[in-house]
Formats: sequence, C-alpha cells, structure tokens
Amino acid sequence: MATITTQQLGEQTNGYLAGSNLERVLRAGHFAVTGELGPPQSADGDVIREKAALLRGLVDAVNITDNQTAIVRMSSIGAGAIVIQEGLEPVIQMTCRDRNRLAIQSDLLGAYALGARNLLCLTGDHQTFGNHPDSKNVFDVDSIQLLKIVTDMRDEHIFQSGDAFKGQEPRFFIGAAAAPFADPVDFRPYRLAKKVKAGANFIQTQLVYDIPAFESFMHKVRELELHRQVYILAGVGPLKSPGMGRYMKKSVPGILVPDELIERMEAAGAAWAAKSKDELTKEDKKARSAAWKEEGIRICIELIQGLRKIEGVAGVHIMAIEWEEAVKPIVEGAGLYPRPVVQTGGEALPNKEAA
Amino acid sequence: MIVAEQKPLSELKTLIGSAEKVLVVGCGTCVTVCFAGGSREAAITSASLRMSSKLDGNGKQVTDVTVQRQCEWEYLDQIAEQVEGADIVLSLGCGIGVQAIAEHFPQTWVVPGLNTTFLGLPTEQGVWAERCAACGDCVLGLTGGICPIARCSKSLLNGPCGGSEAGHCEINPEIECAWQLIYDRLSSKDKLHVLLDLQPPKNWRTSRDGGPRKIVRKDLRLVPEEE
Repeated sequence: MATITTQQLGEQTNGYLAGSNLERVLRAGHFAVTGELGPPQSADGDVIREKAALLRGLVDAVNITDNQTAIVRMSSIGAGAIVIQEGLEPVIQMTCRDRNRLAIQSDLLGAYALGARNLLCLTGDHQTFGNHPDSKNVFDVDSIQLLKIVTDMRDEHIFQSGDAFKGQEPRFFIGAAAAPFADPVDFRPYRLAKKVKAGANFIQTQLVYDIPAFESFMHKVRELELHRQVYILAGVGPLKSPGMGRYMKKSVPGILVPDELIERMEAAGAAWAAKSKDELTKEDKKARSAAWKEEGIRICIELIQGLRKIEGVAGVHIMAIEWEEAVKPIVEGAGLYPRPVVQTGGEALPNKEAA
Repeated sequence: MIVAEQKPLSELKTLIGSAEKVLVVGCGTCVTVCFAGGSREAAITSASLRMSSKLDGNGKQVTDVTVQRQCEWEYLDQIAEQVEGADIVLSLGCGIGVQAIAEHFPQTWVVPGLNTTFLGLPTEQGVWAERCAACGDCVLGLTGGICPIARCSKSLLNGPCGGSEAGHCEINPEIECAWQLIYDRLSSKDKLHVLLDLQPPKNWRTSRDGGPRKIVRKDLRLVPEEE
C-alpha cells in the first residue's frame, strides 16, 4: 500500500491535506474506487442528479469532467456543486485548454468555497476534436505547472505570481493523469515522476486493458519509488461492444486493447453473427447489445481483480461514460462493495448505510 | 523565413472591388522563396486579374512591380510613383509588407493578396513547415533545438501529453509530435535528464500577450534619445 511521506502532509485538517473522503479512504489503506460523471450539454441540473444517484455509495469520489473532448458542457465546478448537494464527493477536473492562470486560480478558489476537496489537473483535449474547432486555445500553463500552482496555493499560501494571500487557502487533494502506454513509452514513468515532484497526491491512469503492459509500467514506477509518494488509481472501463474495443485499439492514442479481449466480446455476440445487418431485428440488436455489455462488465471485473494484485496500485478509476448503470455491477462484482467509511481519525468503519 | 499562401482569385476580386487602376506589388524576399508573392507570382496574378476583368466586361488596368523587400522604406520609395498613380495596391508581401505600404503611402488604399501563415522553412520541395512562434524568450536550449511552443499543438513545456502516438500528434497524423522529436534528440545526445526538471510557467509577456512588441537599440539609433 502506498504511503504519503510526512513532508507532504499538511498541518491542517487533522494531518490530512484536504480531508476529502477519497484521501481518507486511501490513507486508511483501502483499495479506492472513483467513478466518472460527464455533465450534460445543457443547463439541466437533473441530469447530474440522476447520474449521481446511480453512483452514490458505489464510489469514494466521482470525477466531473471539464468540457471533455472539447465539447461544451455544464462546467465541472457547477456540476460538482450539484454532486455535493446529492451527497457524493466530486473530483473537479480542471484543464489548461480554456483558462489562463488567472481564471484557473479564481475558479479553484470558488470550487473550494463551494465544498470541492479533490482536484484533477489535466492538460485538456485539443479543441480541434470538439464542437468549437475554430476557437482559440489557451494552454497558458501545462498540467504539471498547474499541479505546482495548486500545491503552492494550498501549502505556501501564494498565487502563481508569488503574491501571498490572506484568508482561507484552497485545500485540495490534488490529482493528475498518467498515460502509461502513450509514446514515448519509456518516458512515461518519468513524466509521472515530474507530476509527483510538482505536487500530485494521487494519479488516475488512462484506460488499462493490457495487464502485462501495465505491470511493466508499474515495475518502473516502483523502481523510481513513486508508488510510495503518490496513490495510483488504474483506469478501467467496460467495453460496450467489440467495435468499441477495435476503435480504441486503432484510433485512440495510448490505449492498448489485446485482441483476446476483442475476441471475447465478439464471442459474446456470436449468436447473432450469422445474420447480416439487414436481417437483424430490433430485438436481436437489443439482445446482442445486452450480451456484449454483460461480457464487457465481466472483463472489467477481471481487469480490476488483476490490477489489484499489482504492487503499488491503490485503487481503480472506473470510466463508464454515459453508462453509469454499469458501475454498480462492476463494483459489486469486483468485491469492492460496500465502500468503506473512514472518519478523519483514520479509523475504518463499515458503511452500514450503504450495506 | 515568413511563409505565406495566395488568397483565391475570387477573394482578390472582392478586395479590389470597383477600383480601375490596380498595382500588384510583389516582394523579393521571403514570399519569393515560398513561391507566394515574388515577381513571377505578381506577374501571374496581374495577368489573371486582367483576364478576369476582361471576361467580366470591364477593362481594369492591372500592372505589377516587385521590390526587393516590402518591409523597408527605401525599397518602397523606389515605387512611389507607381503607387501614387494607382487606385488600389494589391500587395503580395506578407502582412508586414501590406502594412508597410499602408504606412508609407497613407493616401493609397492597399489590400492583401496573401495570407501570412507562419515562420518556417521548406522541409522538401513544395512543403513548408512552421518552426518558430516568435515568443520572445527562446527555449530551444532546453529542448535540443526543437521548439515545443511552435511545434507542440498545446505548446507544452514539460513533456508529451497522452496524445503522442508513433511519432505523431493526435490532432493530425501529418503533424509530428514535437515532444517525441525532443525526446529522441535528447536521448541520442544522452541528455534526457534535462527533461526531468520542472519547467515553470512561461512568461508570455515577451510574446504577443505583452502587447505589440518593439525593440529599440540605442547603439544603432541615429537620433540620440532625449535625456
């Protein structure tokens, strides 16, 4: 189990950096579970409330994406505030694409004041992927610089400019992303080391489907002793169809999907394979989709079980975007339910309410 | 060099509008070597406009002239008479050339014939690529002579994002990942340790973000500054 060095511990909040539920669960040595919630492309707060209801009690915290894939959505901070009202703890995602250092710091002061305690610092998808490809991007700072900025705001009481500020500092449990399989692959553990050096307290990785490849990444991470300085949550996500697996393997940089998993997904839909596209009825498609999804969830559970055995993996980050219903069977199937309740003293108590 | 591309003829015609006497001004420097606005392109543009004007049933007088550099007053002085005799000047210089003509001949209406695109170089015959963003605070010493400001799609300073694959940037397979290039170059020189240092947020004041830039060299000025 990872341990945070004493130097990294804040003096406040009972020795916790932020005292968030996610931090408490990790500090207590539990295998953590985080989820993901994508805000809607509208101002409808009920969408957030409905998704939150599907995740409540199943995850220790939920990431709220920040205009993911550069598509305009309800802001991560706005949606995060609703999530808090719904009794769920958000991990506010903050990208460097849309805001300069002034706006980022200002928004984070607001996010803390609204009750957010976890933050994930990201560079952000390039705007050409989204629905405003003609826009100007910002990238005033990068994700590593952002980590340092928010760490300094918390621990040094200073803004990026060096100006000291009075009053309440934003105390976030600070996260960063890692892409273990993106190129140049040999540099990835070192980039993670840079994020740790810049102040990251926890890491959520890109989707892992290839356990041996991830094990070799973790081997290097352990050699660098990073797993003793930062909590690493491996990213997992259920496949909805064989096509989704093939698409990610072929078109998404930094995601490795072994053929064996794609074949398993194909086999799950074998009963309908003999029929041509036109012969498939609505009912056929529905049944095939259900069979695929069931296999996708089964694979996801197996992946979590595999990842749990790897030294230095402190938890999993389940990305079931627009398929929040999948989180319950995954968390239960992986034996990660009920989620622990940890008081600020660090003592673990069973979650009676959830059970 | 400054790399530019020609605007389409239809746009040039719109820009020229009803002006009768049109002077196309080429430039003999950067835009000549990138085949966008040299004497050859000025002659072709001028001929195209003449023909198109004829087809449209009006007889515009379109002539052309090329100066060595549109961005220096002394070269512009050489064409003062032609410029003053024209209703409109179509500059085939970069954006600097267009503005130099506007500034030097305030009574003349000048329009751009090119889109100024970037600071770069020809990587092979017929291919130009961006190399410099003129940020005003060169980081090439840290990155093995490969600029992440100009060549990384996100101008990252601390290494590659997760979108680097097989040497290419995820936004377009035609674009090389600058950080893969930097990584390979530093690796070949046994200097990868340089990449482990945290690069602090960049001071963008030296770039466009600090407002329009100006350099004053007291040692070179002919008029002594007032004390």
